[in-house]
Amino acid sequence: MNAKLMIGLMVGVSLAMPSFAENLDAKTAEIVKRDFRDKGIAKATRVNQDELQAACSKYVDKLPPKLKAKLEAKESEAIKFPADGKFMGDWKAGEKLAQSGRGMTWSDKAEDPAGGNCYNCHQLSSKEIAFGTIGPSLLNFGKVRGNGEDIQRYVYARIYDAKASNACANMPRFGHMGILSEAQMKDLVALLLDPESPVNK
Amino acid sequence: MRTKQTYKALLLLALSASITAVAAETAVTDSDRIEQYREMISDGNPAEFDEMRGEELWKKAAGPNKVSLEQCDLGKGVGVVKGAYAELPKYFKDTNKVQDLESRLLTCMTTLQGFTEDEVAAKPFASDKKASDISSLATYVVGQSKGIKMAVSTKHPKVKESYEIGKRIFNYRAGPYDFACSTCHATTGVRIRMQDLPNLSHNKKDAQTAYTTWPAYRVSQGLTRSFQWRLNDCFRQQRFPEPKFASEATVALTTFLAVSANGAEFAGPGLKR
Repeated sequence: MNAKLMIGLMVGVSLAMPSFAENLDAKTAEIVKRDFRDKGIAKATRVNQDELQAACSKYVDKLPPKLKAKLEAKESEAIKFPADGKFMGDWKAGEKLAQSGRGMTWSDKAEDPAGGNCYNCHQLSSKEIAFGTIGPSLLNFGKVRGNGEDIQRYVYARIYDAKASNACANMPRFGHMGILSEAQMKDLVALLLDPESPVNK
Repeated sequence: MRTKQTYKALLLLALSASITAVAAETAVTDSDRIEQYREMISDGNPAEFDEMRGEELWKKAAGPNKVSLEQCDLGKGVGVVKGAYAELPKYFKDTNKVQDLESRLLTCMTTLQGFTEDEVAAKPFASDKKASDISSLATYVVGQSKGIKMAVSTKHPKVKESYEIGKRIFNYRAGPYDFACSTCHATTGVRIRMQDLPNLSHNKKDAQTAYTTWPAYRVSQGLTRSFQWRLNDCFRQQRFPEPKFASEATVALTTFLAVSANGAEFAGPGLKR
């Protein structure tokens, strides 16, 4: 057998078999499914990934461009905009919501409303100096962009499902996953865009 | 050794100093405040109380078999505690498993002392109301690696595999918020509110500092917290279900984090917010 044929055969065999990495991915999924259990409202089934979560995990948030576009389109199509066509709620309620980091942990109760967790990662009001920096600063967000209908719709969509514009974004999908209600998301749109909001003062 | 009251008084002092700073609109991070507190108590750490409790438990005959843990092999030979933590997790022939400190302690408490796994795992973490024996034992054992360089070997294929699985668990996104460990711990220099976050996957120094300062006395909770507790509470905040105590998933994640800390001197038990 000549060397070329030998190499060809080896490549053929290795292509037909699952790679070392794929085996480890499968084993990881198996272990995770076995080693987590229900606690309070956090049920064991939460470790089951949807298509987007599985892809972002596998590629460590660096998706091949085609897959990224496909997943973003799918998320985008699933966004439900308010039936009344209004996007702006009450910025005061939005600020309260933005301050709350509660919600959906096993130490939260099912009836406790989830917070927006906004200040955990973003700067918003200039008055609040205890803000996180995982996400970009949103200070003066509306002051810079105005508050026309296009930007209102954009912000609503971004809160509803940040993954529609960036598949492996860090930000949760507040509408898509049912974390916040339509009214709550409108309040957050107002927090960002209302000229009276402390974000824009 | 200073009393608990002294520690509390010093903490109040550190916090009031930071409140003044906040009033002056200076962004003082929690790390700055803790640094002040650390300096004030540089000759002691309340975790020492838990280390002493753990040492007593290690040497005391207990369980249905009425024996101490002095016959326990933590990987460096029977009864060797000094330096054991700096080499864990490790593959153990008798269990045919890669084990972290707490899963190994669980093995010794069941095989030597005769406790059932459920008995030990029923009280894995300390609370305000009750101390946890396995947690105190862990505090004692880690204290015996203070100043020793982290040297977790991945030569054994099972440890290598555990590391690779741990890395994948670190990046495993799931739950209602789509969070993984990496959501908060794969970027350098970011924080949640005022809490600085170590970059555990792309920054060797961050990974080393974080790992070598756990277990730690948590000032805000008044308790010494174990490494298994640290992982458990991260998963809570990730909106995940609960990882089973000393499970393969938690050991794998620990292997990934411990190997990332290799080369750094172990400095625990630490002192945290």
